[in-house]
Amino acid sequence: MKQLCAVNVTVNGVSYQREVEPRLLLSDFLRHELNLTGTHVGCEHGVCGACTILFDGQSVRSCLIFAVQADGHSVTTVEGLAKSVDQLHPLQQAFWEAHGLQCGYCTPGILMTMIPFLEENPNPTEMEIRQALSGNLCRCTGYQHIVDAVKLAAEKMR
Amino acid sequence: MKPAPFEYHVPDSLEQALALLKEHGGDAKLLAGGQSLVPAMNFRVVQPGVLIDLNRVSELAYVRQDGENLRIGAMTRERTLEIDPLVAKQSPLLEEAMPHVAHPQIRNRGTLGGSLANADPAAELPVIMLALGARLKARNVSGERWMEAHDFFSGMFTTALAPDEILVEIELPPDLPHTGWSFMEVAPRAGDYALMGVAAQVTLDENGRCRQARLVYLNAGDGPVDAKEAAKILGGEMPNDDVIEAMAELVSRKEINPFGNIHASSDFQRHLAGVLTRKALKQAIERAGEDGLQ
Ligand SMILES: Cc1cc2nc3c(=O)[nH]c(=O)nc-3n(C[C@H](O)[C@H](O)[C@H](O)COP(=O)(O)OP(=O)(O)OC[C@H]3O[C@@H](n4cnc5c(N)ncnc54)[C@H](O)[C@@H]3O)c2cc1C
Ligand code: FES
Ligand code: FES
Repeated sequence: MKQLCAVNVTVNGVSYQREVEPRLLLSDFLRHELNLTGTHVGCEHGVCGACTILFDGQSVRSCLIFAVQADGHSVTTVEGLAKSVDQLHPLQQAFWEAHGLQCGYCTPGILMTMIPFLEENPNPTEMEIRQALSGNLCRCTGYQHIVDAVKLAAEKMR
Repeated sequence: MKPAPFEYHVPDSLEQALALLKEHGGDAKLLAGGQSLVPAMNFRVVQPGVLIDLNRVSELAYVRQDGENLRIGAMTRERTLEIDPLVAKQSPLLEEAMPHVAHPQIRNRGTLGGSLANADPAAELPVIMLALGARLKARNVSGERWMEAHDFFSGMFTTALAPDEILVEIELPPDLPHTGWSFMEVAPRAGDYALMGVAAQVTLDENGRCRQARLVYLNAGDGPVDAKEAAKILGGEMPNDDVIEAMAELVSRKEINPFGNIHASSDFQRHLAGVLTRKALKQAIERAGEDGLQ
């Protein structure tokens, strides 16, 4: 018999209650149960970083957590960043201005990685930015414009 | 859905977790940070019938000074080891290795106990435990036992843990006076599994002679590889370039047994072991000298 578990989770400030199979990944829960498709899924084994979200404020892979484990926790996805369509988060604005994306597949994961990084490192060096980006794969940009965008974001957010 | 179905339990005490493990035995898997287990489940390489989630067993997450030893709970996150001032003070070697363990997002979830129980020959933490002479505590429903790091790792992805045991605590002894350390690895990218890596601990006496040395390698065999013969060469000697050279030669030719992979042939891994041995030994010896010697 299929086991179902209750999940009470706050996502982008909204609380949700669902019953899920324990094997449902948090990434699939966000995308298929809550229709928050901003969280992308690339590899589903922790390597690409596209699925990165904030779990109680810390960046984590949502493909390596089960949705049941989010019970009682707070999650932020890329949809939680902008105040409105024309009021982007300064980090998003910087990616726009510095051409920090091409196809955009990697972008949500990179943004959700950089949010806590810039909070802890308001004035990062290029090396620090590159190290913080090491867990996120981008197949388009060659990373240079991403690094530029993060530098610009750091200026905007200071 | 990616993983195969399983029955999920989330105990909130160690006692409950141990009872569940006893009840479900070989069909059950413990879930710590999930950063090695969940990828394997997503590939369906691992299909446990029962999953026992340790993430609510808060009594297993701590870093605590106890007299001269440091005690670390198995569920302590890798990120905590990276930033905890007690870790930096007791074991600078461990602190130095932490940024090399995967990427920040992985370290936010991955745990010390999970990495040790996983016993990946390419992982940093098992190597550090051997280099530091750590002791590991396991529990089952009927009691506890302590193991030396040396006896804990028994081969490729295998440990001395019995199916009904949970690794609960890691004890790190203090460094002896005049001890220097170094951790170095070569990886394709920051946070990737390394092609080769070494942890070195060197203790000098008041006259600057080596009292004790330890060299442990990752990705150099079917577990963390303790190069005891090479370390013996330094014992009782004044460290100098000739001795270091002899050690690097012995390690890279004889004491390690790297398998090679798509990123590096075993010859290249041996070459890297030689280069890293020279550099790490020099740094460790220098640091040992800075610790109160003329
Ligand atoms: C992209 C990526 C890159 C990585 N790079 C590196 C790297 O460079 N270096 C490195 O060392 N690691 C790396 N890792 C692995 C990471 O460090 C893991 O977190 C760690 O190896 C396992 O810890 P965990 O807490 O996630 O354990 P889990 O994945 O939850 O568990 C691993 C195994 O240990 C068992 N287990 C867990 N806790 C206990 C316990 N207390 N008692 C008994 N058994 C237990 C589980 O049942 C399971 O079999 C990487 C992982 C990913 C996804
Ligand atoms: S989809 Fe999660 S890391 Fe690639
Ligand atoms: S913009 Fe296409 S993968 Fe990064």
